Amino acid sequence: MGAGGAGYGATMQLPPPRGTLSHRVRDALAGSSTRPLASRPSPVADDHHDAALALWMLYELHYRGFDGVDDRMEWDATLLGLRRHLEDDLEQDLRTRFAKSGTSAESVEEIFRICDEHEGAALSPYLHRHATREQFLELLRARSVYHLKESDPVSWAIPRLGTAAKAALVELQYDEYGGGDPNRLHAHLFARGMAACGLDPTYGAYVAQAPTEVLEQNNVMSLFGLHRRLRGAALGHLAAFEVTSSLPSRRIAQGLDRLDLADAMQHYYREHVEADAVHEQLAVRTICGALVAESPELLDDVVLGAFACLDQEERIARHFLDRWEAAA
Amino acid sequence: MSRSVEPPAGIAHADVVICPGGPMLLRGDHLVDDGQGNLVRTQRPVSAVCRCGKTETAPWCDGTHKVLPPKLRP
Repeated sequence: MGAGGAGYGATMQLPPPRGTLSHRVRDALAGSSTRPLASRPSPVADDHHDAALALWMLYELHYRGFDGVDDRMEWDATLLGLRRHLEDDLEQDLRTRFAKSGTSAESVEEIFRICDEHEGAALSPYLHRHATREQFLELLRARSVYHLKESDPVSWAIPRLGTAAKAALVELQYDEYGGGDPNRLHAHLFARGMAACGLDPTYGAYVAQAPTEVLEQNNVMSLFGLHRRLRGAALGHLAAFEVTSSLPSRRIAQGLDRLDLADAMQHYYREHVEADAVHEQLAVRTICGALVAESPELLDDVVLGAFACLDQEERIARHFLDRWEAAA
Repeated sequence: MSRSVEPPAGIAHADVVICPGGPMLLRGDHLVDDGQGNLVRTQRPVSAVCRCGKTETAPWCDGTHKVLPPKLRP
């Protein structure tokens, strides 16, 4: 599939709404007018999924936008006001869970310990030994919401960093983005893996099926990436993501091999075994290390970001394991 | 009158980094002897060479050191 043609490089369709608020946001974007949001009382979300989908649509305006939606809506003041309101709720939830967890650290190297000690549901052991082909495909569809824009949210942080942290983050991102070779760009490897599995690699193709937890995970990454004040959390999230990637990626690749699922998708996960064994060291020691050396007051935010990564992933794991074990 | 300004200081930046309990990072392009008679060229901006001896992707680190008891880690 050539660059710029149909497929994952194309813009996406607005997803179907899942409640009052996502309905209004969708209508506003589709009509390129915020009139649907101007009614009184102000529309509120029916539930977590409605709120998460509305916020996800607002965030996507900052990535690739939607087919048929005026690109100027990205900076519409009414939409930004709504985004702020939804972000405040999301951040408050996150900080409440963080405070309850009691997670803390004296240095960035303790991110390794925090990741090691974090307990809870995990998907990779199940994927390794037990998952069926359909369960794997269900998960890959959900993962595509992030993996087709892999590494993009933390790229927002680059211009907000000092010299050493900036150079360190770009060194890692250069590898994530294929070292200059589009065929090695991680999002592209995932798209090729999806196509080889018979899935649609179009950006956003499976958002309508994504569980609340997956939309929230994506929203948390965008929240951290788009707010300069949360740059410490963005880098802490990156660090925990990398620290918890290498060993699970190997189990997932072996699970795919067990089911004889596409080599291209196995390649995506095998690439992450090796890449993330490097990236976890860079993210913790070099990137977060440089950030905290430059701005010691950001250590708590780094830890918040690391916790958020582990917490969101555990919620996703619990969602899928509950579903699959109930069906067994 | 112009004010004298100190130029920004240089920042220490190693080409080879030993990670305590983990791999050795190599920055840049290197030809690595894997100890089995093979020469393997680095493929990424930074590569992690296994130091625990338990990796399944030799000579590169695959994170296995993290599941070893602390006294068996490099």
